[in-house]
Amino acid sequence: MSAIAAEKKLARRTVERGSNGERTKDLLFRSALLLCLLVAVAFLGALAVTTLSDGVGRLSGEFLTGEPSRLRTDSFGIRPALIGTLYLMVLVAAFIVPVGVASAIYLEEYADGTKWWNRAIETNIQNLASVPSVVYGILGLAFIVRGPVDIFGLGVGQPTLLAGALTLGLLVLPVVIIVSREAIRAVPPSIREGSLALGATQWQTIWKQTLPGALPGIATGVILALSRAIGETAPLILVGAVANLRFNPEIDGPFSALPALILSAVGEPKPEFQSIAAAAIIVLLVILLLMNSVAILLRNRYETKW
Amino acid sequence: MSAPTLTKARTGRSVGEQAIRGLLALAALVSVLTTTGIVVTLLEEAVSFFREVPFGDFFFGTKWTPLAGGESQSFGVLPLIFSTLYLTFIGLLVAIPVGLGVGIYLAEYASPRVRRVFKPVVELLAGIPTIVFGFFALTFFTPLLGDLGFELRIFNGLSAGIILGILVVPTIASVSEDALSSVPQSLREGAFGLGAAKWQVVVRVVFPAALSGVVAGLVLGASRAIGETVLILVAAGNSPNLSANLGIEHQNMAAFIANTARADISAGSVAYGTIFAVGATLFVITFVLNLFAIRFVRRYRQVYE
Repeated sequence: MSAIAAEKKLARRTVERGSNGERTKDLLFRSALLLCLLVAVAFLGALAVTTLSDGVGRLSGEFLTGEPSRLRTDSFGIRPALIGTLYLMVLVAAFIVPVGVASAIYLEEYADGTKWWNRAIETNIQNLASVPSVVYGILGLAFIVRGPVDIFGLGVGQPTLLAGALTLGLLVLPVVIIVSREAIRAVPPSIREGSLALGATQWQTIWKQTLPGALPGIATGVILALSRAIGETAPLILVGAVANLRFNPEIDGPFSALPALILSAVGEPKPEFQSIAAAAIIVLLVILLLMNSVAILLRNRYETKW
Repeated sequence: MSAPTLTKARTGRSVGEQAIRGLLALAALVSVLTTTGIVVTLLEEAVSFFREVPFGDFFFGTKWTPLAGGESQSFGVLPLIFSTLYLTFIGLLVAIPVGLGVGIYLAEYASPRVRRVFKPVVELLAGIPTIVFGFFALTFFTPLLGDLGFELRIFNGLSAGIILGILVVPTIASVSEDALSSVPQSLREGAFGLGAAKWQVVVRVVFPAALSGVVAGLVLGASRAIGETVLILVAAGNSPNLSANLGIEHQNMAAFIANTARADISAGSVAYGTIFAVGATLFVITFVLNLFAIRFVRRYRQVYE
């Protein structure tokens, strides 16, 4: 750190010693860059202010516990969508944690990187990470909701909560795999070698040494993936989430989620719905902020320096 | 990967170890099956769509009214592709300078303390659901542009395009920041030693050295902008337009798919088929862009790591 600081100081002195013209250009360039940062911050600020000023007045206990209604907008509530989002979070986690971590372990600890099929899996995962979410929605629509995949015999041919969760899970799986791989890679080889030298098998080494060391990184990745999953709207539309469901969702029945409710409220012509949309956005953002704080806490508290 | 010879000796011995390895490989296969699922789904339905609608009519037709009835129904996808690329272009006009500016500032100029504050801000921007950007564009930014004197409809390409750019800023900023940071310090020191000013070092030495990584960021950003759904659905309206006028509605491919799915049409109809034909087109475009980006990223990793 001190080396970098010294270098920076040196760099600054070099600039100051430069000719007058160079000094002006340097100042201009620096200001232009700073302006870019300010533009980004300004949009974020405006977004926060708009949403808060439109929505805070609507927030109340009734708003969280009530049911949506197009007619009686003053008693409009988001409970079914809120519960749907929480259910989705749990179900997506139940899917992506085992599958994502197992994939990451395979790719980091077992796969021979010189074999073409392992490289293909890797490229494939990187590619999946940037496939548009609406395409995952199409997959969910055709393959899971209306299609041939019958999961545990639950509600095939219907837009169920489980179908939604599975679609969102597939969508964020690449994120979990990529972040978990990085966390596993960060555990130094000497830990593994020590364990193997003491006679542990490879799986014992992974389970008792590598995974615990990588856990904070993996947990951060899972939380980030979950926060992406519950903010996605496009796949929910395709899979058939109901915007204004009036009862609590169940695993094998119709479901709703906050983004679907927000989308529908944004599209309503009545002006009251603007504040309803903003208030629902605040609830969604609060959930996301809480999750991200947990991720940051985990990272700061448990991160191991090797 | 750390100790291949040891590894092989160990796993060879026990059935349990082999079974675990098999299970893990199976999990890794899920992502391969996902890709297969996407390709098969799109292909299957798109093929049956093209049995009804001639290939040429789809890709070269200029009238896109798939949901209309009878005579006025037409499946020319060009307006949809044009609106998609046009919105992406407007977005990149905003996102490239702002994203690169943020990336360069954070990598080359910001003190550690400044970076500690602003990196999370950029990450926060990346973590906001796009439906929120849609709400913001529709209820705040479009009226603001109207007050500034732009001739706009409620649903228009200008506001949606600019906000699309803001949405892509974090992608471009973080990838280019990574690329710039991985340029070895010795290059900067060499340039300073030759008497270059800071901006010259950044623009003429560090930036060219990081170019392939920066390009990867731009391509990833473009691919994200092309595939964005909800922002466009909410703020840019429901009809694609073969027109350079940004004051009117523009619909991109992803938003068309979502909007058509919302219309609750019956499975098997031609309109239902458009979801897959357009989806396949979108998938191919983003797939090619992503492969480019992955290749560029590999190149700069190879050079400096």
